[in-house]
Amino acid sequence: MSSAADVTQLREIFGAKILQTVEFRDENTVIVELGSLHDVLAKCRNDLGYAMVLDISSVDHFGDDPRFEIVYEIASLDDSRHLRVKAKVSEDEPVASATDLWAGADWHEREVWDMMGIAFSGHPNLKRILMWEGYPFFPLRKDFPLAGRPSDMPDVAFSGVAPLEGGPFVTSAGAEDTVRREPRARVIE
Amino acid sequence: MHNRLEEWWMAGKIPPQPHRTMVSPSINTVHTAYDSKIEGNVIITRVDAAINWMRKNSLWPMPMGLACCAIELMATASSRFDISRFGMEVMRFSPRQADVLIVSGTVTYKMALAVKRIWDQMPEPKWCVAMGACASSGGMYRSYAVLQGIDRLIPVDVYISGCPPRPEALIEGLMKLQTKIEGEESTMAQKKSFFAEVG
Repeated sequence: MSSAADVTQLREIFGAKILQTVEFRDENTVIVELGSLHDVLAKCRNDLGYAMVLDISSVDHFGDDPRFEIVYEIASLDDSRHLRVKAKVSEDEPVASATDLWAGADWHEREVWDMMGIAFSGHPNLKRILMWEGYPFFPLRKDFPLAGRPSDMPDVAFSGVAPLEGGPFVTSAGAEDTVRREPRARVIE
Repeated sequence: MHNRLEEWWMAGKIPPQPHRTMVSPSINTVHTAYDSKIEGNVIITRVDAAINWMRKNSLWPMPMGLACCAIELMATASSRFDISRFGMEVMRFSPRQADVLIVSGTVTYKMALAVKRIWDQMPEPKWCVAMGACASSGGMYRSYAVLQGIDRLIPVDVYISGCPPRPEALIEGLMKLQTKIEGEESTMAQKKSFFAEVG
């Protein structure tokens, strides 16, 4: 049994609070409004049997409003059903933490906070997990340069700008031949 | 035989000494002075050369394994390649007992000051080997998280290319370091600074 039945059940319960559902190659995605995100997750966890959180990630739609999107990948314990729950988050808006539902959400949410700067309300220990405490930037945001920015915390850590030597090397998918499609050093206008 | 020895012993006599000796006869039979016994084993050299020779043949590495280069470092230490042939098998996991810091792997900014602290804890004289592309220049990690070469923090004596370098390359690098140590002015440098101080 796939998670399609669970999606219709969620639709019945939450109605208009579920903005959109997407089914693509048997993968089911539920897009909800941020206010009812925690309720939907609690329903999935407590009644529909999604006992495990696989991953929590975030997307930066730089230029859009709301800017961020948070993605929960959840699964049943026998791995028969997977479900993806998404919600849009605007800047400086906190997300209700899912650590009360899944203890495993703890580090995932810390990573989201560390890399993207999305705060979680009700998180027991919301501090940086990869970068050091006191690092002033959120490095996975689109407006943060790949080369990095200089920062300094004496006796803790520092960072400098990495020389990119013509990079960043990105593929140009629409280019006419393979040479132009390959990631090579290019001058960026 | 036993009885006769006992007889001598009881009589307080010294038993007769055997004529043949178990020690092979010396080449220098004529001289009996102390000099003649050690003469063949004396080498005259400079203090610097002697000290450098001793230093280079017993390097104690501090393995700073930070990424995949550390696997090659372990391979270098194990039986197939065996750096104990060069007197470097004594991997010390305490920086206070080590001579050579082998930085093997990607140095992130978060790790960088820990590497620096370990370097500072090592007693002089000390040397540093940057093993692999990441430790030498940041390698393929041109990003916000990675220090672009350990030489931005500590002085490096030998850079080894490769991603990761094969054990042969590490051995080659360490032999280069030995050659470098050979040419150092270990006591001359001290003397020079002493005379500069005295004036």
